[in-house]
Amino acid sequence: MSWSVYVPYLLVMALITYLVRMLPLTIFRKPIRSRFFRSFLHYVPYAVLSAMTIPGVLYSTGYEPGGDVRLLVCAVAGLAVAVPLAWRGKSLLTVAVAACLGVAAALGLFLLTGQMNL
Amino acid sequence: MQRGLFLRGLRHGVPIALGYLSVAFAFGITATRAGLNPLQALLISMTNVTSAGQLAGVELMAAGAGLTEMALTQLTINLRYALMSISLSQRLDGSMGTLQRMIFAFCNTDEIFAVASAQPERLNKAYCYGLMLGPWAGWSLGTVLGAAAGSLLPAFFRISLGIAIYGMFLAIILPPSRKSRAVRVVVLLSAALAVAFRYVPGLNQVPAGYVIICCAVAAACVGAWRFPVAEEPEGEEAPQA
Repeated sequence: MSWSVYVPYLLVMALITYLVRMLPLTIFRKPIRSRFFRSFLHYVPYAVLSAMTIPGVLYSTGYEPGGDVRLLVCAVAGLAVAVPLAWRGKSLLTVAVAACLGVAAALGLFLLTGQMNL
Repeated sequence: MQRGLFLRGLRHGVPIALGYLSVAFAFGITATRAGLNPLQALLISMTNVTSAGQLAGVELMAAGAGLTEMALTQLTINLRYALMSISLSQRLDGSMGTLQRMIFAFCNTDEIFAVASAQPERLNKAYCYGLMLGPWAGWSLGTVLGAAAGSLLPAFFRISLGIAIYGMFLAIILPPSRKSRAVRVVVLLSAALAVAFRYVPGLNQVPAGYVIICCAVAAACVGAWRFPVAEEPEGEEAPQA
């Protein structure tokens, strides 16, 4: 990516991310009163991560609509491994690695049975 | 500066650093796939230190999004840090002046917040600096390795690693979803909205960054309206990470 396009993006990302972290830590020194706002903030992380994961995870193997459906199958395999482990509270690293192994297993099966070439 | 506290922080950061190394490696691969070179990927990680925000960020870059969309997306995705920072601000000791708070805020990630919140005593600046160092280094190193070596990796590994970051997200949102019906409702609602924005004709024309904002704000508002959190919020409402 050309630097003239990249640098404004980088500055905006870094600045916003930093201010969101820094301003509350330095300015807010008292607890928030509004129960609705506190509750809203409580649910935001879960809502954000959920919207980012579903349906994005289905495209994590490089599958595109109209593309190779076997890549979609691989992503679903990874998801099928990750969800029960995450549900049971396994660590971030464990779930991430297991998801990769799930994809790798499905992909390996396709390759070994000659149904797919990379 | 107290050497013992610094070393303790450093030690507590090691497992986080190792986890970040691998997830950042996957981010580095994603970043190069979106058209960034290794140095560009590294600079993002060194200055942002956040998985979800960076992932959305490079997607928006690849899509040629506007800077307003980028700013609003980062604001929404990273809004959770505001909550964590507010919570942490109640737990610092006298050594944490404004400058020290400004430095520590830079690395207030989900995992560092979780570890810092779990400390029984108030947080000293030496401990905070030690704690943030390893994860920051691991995150940066992993990114540049993934970006540089990712293109050398056989396609088999690149395809398999793409899901890593989503695995991490699932590990953050599913355990609280299991324990709390409120979180479960918010998570399912947000996912359902995201699916609608992806596949329903018309709705799928909305830019990716705004989709996350719409889903998250709507779902979190419904959560706050239907399931307001109890009066005693401090420290307990961190995502389990």
